[in-house]
Amino acid sequence: MPIDWVNGLIGGLLIGCAGAIYLLMSGKVMGASGILSKFAENPNKEFLNERGFFLIGLICFPAFLNILGLLSNAITAQTNLTNSLPILIVSGLLVGIGTRLAKGCTSGHGVCGISRFSPRGIIATVVFVCVGVATVAIFKQILGII
Amino acid sequence: MQKIIAFTVGGLFGVGLYISQMTNTLKVQGWLDVFGEWDPTLTFVMGGAIIPMFVAWWVADKRTKSFLGKNLPPPTKTEINKPLIIGSICFGTGWGLSGLCPGPAIASLSFGGLSGIIFFISMLTGIVAVSRFTNKENY
Repeated sequence: MPIDWVNGLIGGLLIGCAGAIYLLMSGKVMGASGILSKFAENPNKEFLNERGFFLIGLICFPAFLNILGLLSNAITAQTNLTNSLPILIVSGLLVGIGTRLAKGCTSGHGVCGISRFSPRGIIATVVFVCVGVATVAIFKQILGII
Repeated sequence: MQKIIAFTVGGLFGVGLYISQMTNTLKVQGWLDVFGEWDPTLTFVMGGAIIPMFVAWWVADKRTKSFLGKNLPPPTKTEINKPLIIGSICFGTGWGLSGLCPGPAIASLSFGGLSGIIFFISMLTGIVAVSRFTNKENY
């Protein structure tokens, strides 16, 4: 089994454990887009709340791993994200608008929804995966833009 | 206590995303690229994440409160409405174009450079825009 798949499985199990702890301890669904949006929209302007701490952890832990550099060569801090300003802005807006309208992203609908057999989670995941596949097919294979 | 748990959970989530390389947009776009050179990694990530979550929901269903005495999430909604479908279409397009979804976009902020920051600000703008222009009860 290629090392990437093993790392994927280990990372996936960690993600699932994180979601399991959040559910069983705090009674909440771990969805990145939901946590970020409620953090951004909070009317009291109190940012060092529970969601704030979640986001700080989410940013800092990978930063530490990166600085310590303890992991194998198969794990890099390269995001390989495009430099194209129009693509960055359009895709960022689409991800923000889309996850807020659908009330969930890969973590909320995908991981937490599917594992609960939630019809909304399953349908959302099927739709965004199919559209993602079509987008890559069109913009990479046909147009060669990305 | 709540804050310590949230910090730890966010951290574990970030480490998971980093180790599984979901912060690498080429891995994500490689998984979506079924008509090209398909990269199966994301299947293992998703499968690995769903297993502990499945157990957690099974445990949660047997309880009335969380282990810290908090309310558990309400029963799953079944309504399939327009915002769910339209939103998922928008999200899928942005996800395919960039190779980033919200979790990895946040987790990679420390090392994703200017591109990562521009993507994050655009994403946040999209989130806030929807909240401003929609009645919370209707979407």
